[in-house]
Amino acid sequence: MALPKRWTQKTELEDTAEEIMELQMGPSHPATHGTIKFNLKLDGERIVDCDVEIGYLHRAFEKMCEQGTWTQVFPYTDRLNYASPVINNVAFALAVEKLLGIECPERAKYARVIMSEVSRICDHLTCLGMAAVEVGAQTVGFYAIEAREFLYDLIEAVTGARVTVTWCRLGGIARDLPEDFSDRLIPAFKHLDAILKDCDKLLSRNRVFRDRMVGVGKISVQDALSYSLTGPLLRACGVPYDVRKAHPYLIYDRLEFDVPVGSEGDNFDRFMVRFAEIRESMKIVEQAVRELPQGPIIVDDPRIALPPKERVYGSIEGLMNHFKLIMEGVKVPPGETYHAVEGANGELGFYIVSDGSGRPYRVRVRPPCFFGMAALGQMLIGHMIPDIITTFGMINMIGGECDR
Amino acid sequence: MIEYLKQHYGSELLAAEVKVGDNVVVVDRERAVTLFRKWRDDPNLKLDFLTDITAVDWLNRKPRFEVVYHLYSFPLKHRLRVKVPVEESDPWVYSLTPLWKAADWLERECYDMFGIRFEGHPDLRRILMYDSFVGHPLRKDYPVTKRQPIVEETDPIVRPLSHSRNRPSRG
Repeated sequence: MALPKRWTQKTELEDTAEEIMELQMGPSHPATHGTIKFNLKLDGERIVDCDVEIGYLHRAFEKMCEQGTWTQVFPYTDRLNYASPVINNVAFALAVEKLLGIECPERAKYARVIMSEVSRICDHLTCLGMAAVEVGAQTVGFYAIEAREFLYDLIEAVTGARVTVTWCRLGGIARDLPEDFSDRLIPAFKHLDAILKDCDKLLSRNRVFRDRMVGVGKISVQDALSYSLTGPLLRACGVPYDVRKAHPYLIYDRLEFDVPVGSEGDNFDRFMVRFAEIRESMKIVEQAVRELPQGPIIVDDPRIALPPKERVYGSIEGLMNHFKLIMEGVKVPPGETYHAVEGANGELGFYIVSDGSGRPYRVRVRPPCFFGMAALGQMLIGHMIPDIITTFGMINMIGGECDR
Repeated sequence: MIEYLKQHYGSELLAAEVKVGDNVVVVDRERAVTLFRKWRDDPNLKLDFLTDITAVDWLNRKPRFEVVYHLYSFPLKHRLRVKVPVEESDPWVYSLTPLWKAADWLERECYDMFGIRFEGHPDLRRILMYDSFVGHPLRKDYPVTKRQPIVEETDPIVRPLSHSRNRPSRG
C-alpha cells in the first residue's frame, strides 16, 4: 500500500529549512546547575544555532572591590568560584603581593598549595558528580558528594568554614594548619581513593555514559585557542597548558606532578582529564604535607600584616597598628599588575590597579569559565537538546565566577 | 622582549616599559589591530593567545579610558599587556573579533561595563546587564548606590528572543 502523498512530502529536505523552531531553555531549568538561558534554533531536535545568555548572577564583584580596602576583597573572592574558594583567595593574594613586592613565608606557601589542591579536588568532584547525575548515574553523584564531604571537613578544620573561607591574607594566611592535619588527611584521602576507584568502575567503561559523552561537544584545537579556553577544556584537546607548569608560582616548581591531557576535545576527554587531575592533586598534597616546614605563616611587616591579638589588646602601638590597617587599609604602591594561577577551570587571573591609597582602584578577574561559555554555542551546533546538558556540565560554569 | 618591541616597532608605540615584572606597551587605537595581527604572526613574539580584554576608567585624566589587552604566547611563554587610550567624548576602538573568537564576549562585557564601543564587532550588545539598563556600571562616575528604573514586564511568548533577534546566525 502506497503512503499518502502528504507523508512522503514531509521527509523532503527543502521542507526542513522552514521548520526552524525557536526555543528558550532556561534561565531556570532543572537540569542546568546555574542560572543561564539558551536561545535555541532547532531543526527537529537538532540544534541549528544556540545563543547563550549569561549575567543572571551578576553581583557587581568588580565594582564592590573598589569600595573597600584591599583586605576586604578576600570575602568577595570566596564567592567567585564557590566550588574552590581557596584558589580564588590565593590568586588575589598573589596578585597584590606581586604589586607589593613581597613573598609570603615558606610555611604559608606550602599551606596555600595544600589547600588549593584540596579545593581543586572538591571542585572536580562537584563537576564530575553533577555531570554523572545529569546523565542518570545518580549513585556516582552521591559518591562524589560523600568524598567531597571528607574534604570539606578538612577545609573546615583549617579555615573554620566550608565554603566562604576567607583564609588568605596579604603576605600569608589567616590560620595555620592544625597540628593533626596529616592525621585528618590520611583517612580522608583513603576514603577519596576508594570512592574514585568505584566511580571509575561505574563510569569509564559504562555503555550509557560513553554514548552520552564520547564525541559530544567537540571543539578543535584551533577553535579552543581562538576562544581562549584554558584548563581542562584546553587540555582535553591535547594542549598541555597548565599555569602551574608553564609559570610556576608558590612552590609548584618543587613538586612532581603530571598534566593529564586528552586528544579528542570532547566531553568524555574533559571528564577523564578532570578525573586524572584529582589523582595528580592528591599527589601534590601528599608531597607538600611531607615537606611542610615550620615557621611563621604571615610576613613580619606592620604595614601589611595585622599584629597578634595580644599586642592589639596589650599595647597602644599594637592597637594603633591594628586601627590604621583596618581603617585605612594596606597601602599598595601605585601601579598595575596581572597574575594568573591555575584555577580548577583554567587560568584564573587578577589584573589589579592601585592608585596608592588603601583601596583598589580597579580589580579585574579573568574568569576561566566565561570563555567556556562563549564557546558553548559553537560546541553545540549540530548536536541534540540532551547534549546541551552534558556539554554545559563539562564546561563547569560557576555562576558566581562567570557572571561576577 | 620589550627591547625587541622597541627596536622593531618603536615608531608605532606610544610607550614601552617593564612594570612590576610585566611587559607593557601603549599603542594608538588606529594602529592597534594591525599591530596585534603583526605580533601574532611575528616569529619572535608569537602572541597568539588573547588572555583578556578589559578597561580602566581614569576619571579626571585625559584621555579618560584605557582599554587593556593581555596577550600570551603559547610557544614562547611570555605575556604582553597592551593599553589603548580612549577619549571620553568618543570612546571606541577597533574590534579584535576578526583575530580571536574570544574577543566577541570580552568586548561585549567591556562595552556593557564601560560603554566603550568596538567598531566592527558583529553583535555588540550588553552581556551581563539587561538591555534596558541605564548607564555603564564600572565607570567611576556611576554611583554604587544608584537605582535603576523599573522595567515593564514583557511576555516572552509575545516577544520571543528579543535579545538575539538581529544576531547573525552561526548555523
